[in-house]
Amino acid sequence: MSVALALLRRDVARMLGSSRRGATLLPLLFFIAVAMLFPFAVGPAPELLARTGGGVIWVAALLAAILPLDRLLASDVEQGFFDQLALRGVAEELVVAVRLLAHWLSFGPPLMLATLPAAALLGLDRATLRTVELGLLAGTPGLAAVGLIIAALTVGMRGGAALSGLLLIPLAVPLLVFGAGALSTGGNAGIALTGAISLLLVAIAPFAGGMAIRAAREG
Amino acid sequence: MEPARLLATDLACRRGERLLFRGLSFELQPGEALQVVGPNGTGKSSLLRILAGLLRPLSGSVDRPADIALLDERLPLDGDLPLGRALAFWERIDGGGYGVEATARLGLDAMMDVPVRYLSTGQRKRAAILLSNARAAPLWLLDEPLNGLDGQAAADFQGHLAAYLAGGGMAVIASHQPFDVPALKRLVLADYAV
Repeated sequence: MSVALALLRRDVARMLGSSRRGATLLPLLFFIAVAMLFPFAVGPAPELLARTGGGVIWVAALLAAILPLDRLLASDVEQGFFDQLALRGVAEELVVAVRLLAHWLSFGPPLMLATLPAAALLGLDRATLRTVELGLLAGTPGLAAVGLIIAALTVGMRGGAALSGLLLIPLAVPLLVFGAGALSTGGNAGIALTGAISLLLVAIAPFAGGMAIRAAREG
Repeated sequence: MEPARLLATDLACRRGERLLFRGLSFELQPGEALQVVGPNGTGKSSLLRILAGLLRPLSGSVDRPADIALLDERLPLDGDLPLGRALAFWERIDGGGYGVEATARLGLDAMMDVPVRYLSTGQRKRAAILLSNARAAPLWLLDEPLNGLDGQAAADFQGHLAAYLAGGGMAVIASHQPFDVPALKRLVLADYAV
């Protein structure tokens, strides 16, 4: 337990810490920038923005989730953190599970907060905003899990960053279909399905990530 | 209590398409050290990683103690953090501080406020030595431990290693430099090359 706390403390400090403030803010600024630029690109017609705005927020959230992937695990593997932890009997699965929590904390809640100004910029009504926020709450853990699995699989690969972006897109489609789909159906069923996919991905991620990191040692 | 010894049986190692060595067996008892010598690329580091359990051998088996310290060319500390805070992470993982004495012996006590990325090569090596060897692991795997150390620090390290061996520790050292510690065996990796 104390090992998990020590890992979480380092991960959270690394992702939200003052030394990397720019890197932490980048996905958020990107997200807000998309919401700001979209009305300029498609025109300011309120009914068009209200109809498409929720989907735009989802796409922006998905793309923002790609940004932190390249340094999520690769630098720790290169520097030997995982090897030294393994020698101390700390399972890769535990390290990855803690990293998943820290990764989600670093972009999930901030994106949900940033959705408030983004919704105002796109002129979303209250009901749509609620569906988007609930959908993001259900979907961002899944996005974090997919991102982490991909980061683990591309560890030690040159040009892994570009590859992770490409790999995330198809794997995130189910989350997007149900999460953003809840906007047009207006029901909670889509959000529930998004949550179910997220739970599945979150449950798989530590084991898949741990195996991928162990496999990378042989490479 | 498990037997505190290191027993390697008929190890073979393949990296990519190349078979680096095969038929390698040795045994190490408490208090003994083994120096692995061989030209670059003959598999010294791979052998150490196999002994550590981080790399699977192509064939053969290793009977190792549960707790192992590995010192290699990498330094698992966050570059942005001051040395003291970066070390604090590992102290929490290891469940106890490394102590003023160990840090002072390596000459790191004055560097605690300096960010890790500003450390010199020798200071980074000292920090890596502190990280891997401050724990009471019964086996040390040392990959080029003297690289980057000045003459005095290298002599100090050898003295510390001799004291560790005298206290019942075991060590496997991959290095070209001569080591002056008692009960040192030599393993020439080229003898097992394919």
